Amino acid sequence: MPLRKPPLRDRHDERGATFTEFGGWDMPVEFDSIKQEHESVRHSVGIFDVSHMGEIEVSGPDAERLMQRLTTNDVTQLSPGDSQYAMITDEDGVIIDDTVVYRLSEDDDAEFLFIPNAGHDEMMHDRWKRFRSEWDMDAEIRNATDDYAMYAVQGPDAADAVNEAADESVADLSKFEAMYASVAGVRCWVARTGYTGEDGFELILPSDEAETVWDAFDCQPCGLGARDTLRTEMGYLLSGQDFDYEDDPRNPYEAKVGFTVKLDTEFVGRDALERVKEEGVEETFVGFRLVDRGVPRHGYDITSTEDTIIGTVTSGTMSPTLSEPIGLGYVPTDYADPGTVIRVMVRGQSKKAKIESTPFLKDKQ
Amino acid sequence: MSFEVPEDRNYLESHEWVAVNDGTGKIGITDFAQDELGDVVFVELPSEGDELEQEGNLGVVESIKAVSDLYSPVSGTVTAVNDELENTPELVNDDPFGDGWMLEVELDDESELDDLLSADEYREQIE
Repeated sequence: MPLRKPPLRDRHDERGATFTEFGGWDMPVEFDSIKQEHESVRHSVGIFDVSHMGEIEVSGPDAERLMQRLTTNDVTQLSPGDSQYAMITDEDGVIIDDTVVYRLSEDDDAEFLFIPNAGHDEMMHDRWKRFRSEWDMDAEIRNATDDYAMYAVQGPDAADAVNEAADESVADLSKFEAMYASVAGVRCWVARTGYTGEDGFELILPSDEAETVWDAFDCQPCGLGARDTLRTEMGYLLSGQDFDYEDDPRNPYEAKVGFTVKLDTEFVGRDALERVKEEGVEETFVGFRLVDRGVPRHGYDITSTEDTIIGTVTSGTMSPTLSEPIGLGYVPTDYADPGTVIRVMVRGQSKKAKIESTPFLKDKQ
Repeated sequence: MSFEVPEDRNYLESHEWVAVNDGTGKIGITDFAQDELGDVVFVELPSEGDELEQEGNLGVVESIKAVSDLYSPVSGTVTAVNDELENTPELVNDDPFGDGWMLEVELDDESELDDLLSADEYREQIE
C-alpha cells in the first residue's frame, strides 16, 4: 500500500528532512539534528508536523453517549473547548488506542473530535460506526483525517510563538483547553496540549491551508526523532510501541494510565477493568536508567540480577537532556520500585540498570 | 548534499576509512556515515592489543536513532584507541576524518589496502 503523505511532505523534503514510515505515513524524522531539535523544544520552541494523527468527528443527538461508551474517560465533564486524554479499550479492558477527545465549540458542525494514532483512523471510524449500529444510536461519524493537517508548537516560548502568529490571544488557555484562533488568516483549532512535557499547543487546520499556517511560524522544525526523545524523557506512551493491541496487549492500569479510566461511567471494557483494579496487576510500566554504558532499545530483554528474563524494553534512547541512557518497559510489580536494580541485555551484554520514577525530568509533568 | 571524501585514505563499502602512515593505520567512519547516523551518542571500541581482521567486527556506533556495527578496513593489532570518544562521542559528527578518529592499528599486511576503495570509488558509491 502506498504511504500516506502529510500535505507538506515535499516542502519538508526540500528543506532537507529525512523521512521514516510511521503508521503507514511518510513522515519527517529529522530536519537538522535530533539533538538540536530536542534542545530547541526544551529551551525555546519547535514546530512538529503531526499530520499523521487521525481526526474523527462525532455529531448528532447521541454523540455524547457514543463517545462516553467508547472511551474510558468521562466526556460529560467536558465543556465546549475542553479536552481530555482517554483510552479506547476492548471488552477485556485491553488498550486498542489512546486518544485526546475534544468537545468542539457550540457553533461547530460536530460536537466531538478525537485524535486516534497514525494509521488507526479507519479502524476507529469503523469501530464507532459498528457500535452506533449495535446500540441503535443517532450519531454521525466522519473520518476527517485527510481534511486536516496538525502541527504541534512546543517549548517554553510556544505561547509567545502562537500569540505572535494568531490574531487572538491563546495565552489564557489552560492545559487541555482549546479555542478557534485565526493564524495567518486561517481558522485553526488551537489546543494547549502536546506530547513533549513542555508548554505547547496543537493546531488542527484545513489541510489545503497547511503551507500558510506552517509559514506563520519562524522556529525550528522538528521531526519524529525529537518527538520520540522528548516523550520518552516524560515516560509518555507511544502507541504500537509501549502498548500494541496485537503484539503487546496492555490494560490502562498496567500502562500507568489508570487516571484516564472512570469506572463510574459505562464504557466497553469497564467491567473487566473494574476486576483488574480490584485484583491488581502483575506487571507494570516503569522507567529505568542504565547505569552501565550502552543504549537501551525497543525489544531488548530486561532481566533480573539473576539473569532471568522479566520483561522487555518498549522504548529507549540516550536522553539528550540528561545525557544518560533511559528506557521504558514492563516488569513484574515486585521489580517496579524506584531504585530496584535490574539488568538490560544490550546486544548480548548484560548491563546494570535502575528503576526510576517517571517523568525522568522531575520538573516537568 | 556533498560529503567530504579525503583523497589520502582508503574506504570500505560499509563507510569506514583507514589512513596509513608507516605501517600504522588510523581508522574512523566517513562524513557520509556520520550524517546518515545522526547524533552519535555512544561508541564501543576494542582495546589496545586486540587483533582485528579485515572486514571483521570493529565495534559499534550508536546514534540517537540507530545502532550500527563497525567493520575494520584492515587486519592488525590495535595500538591506540581514541579515549576522547567516551565522553565526547559527538566528535564523530563534528570531525569524522580528524578528531573523530576511532582506532590506530599496526597493519599485518599493507597489501590489504588494494582490496579497499579509493576516494573516487567511494565517492561514486555514495553519490
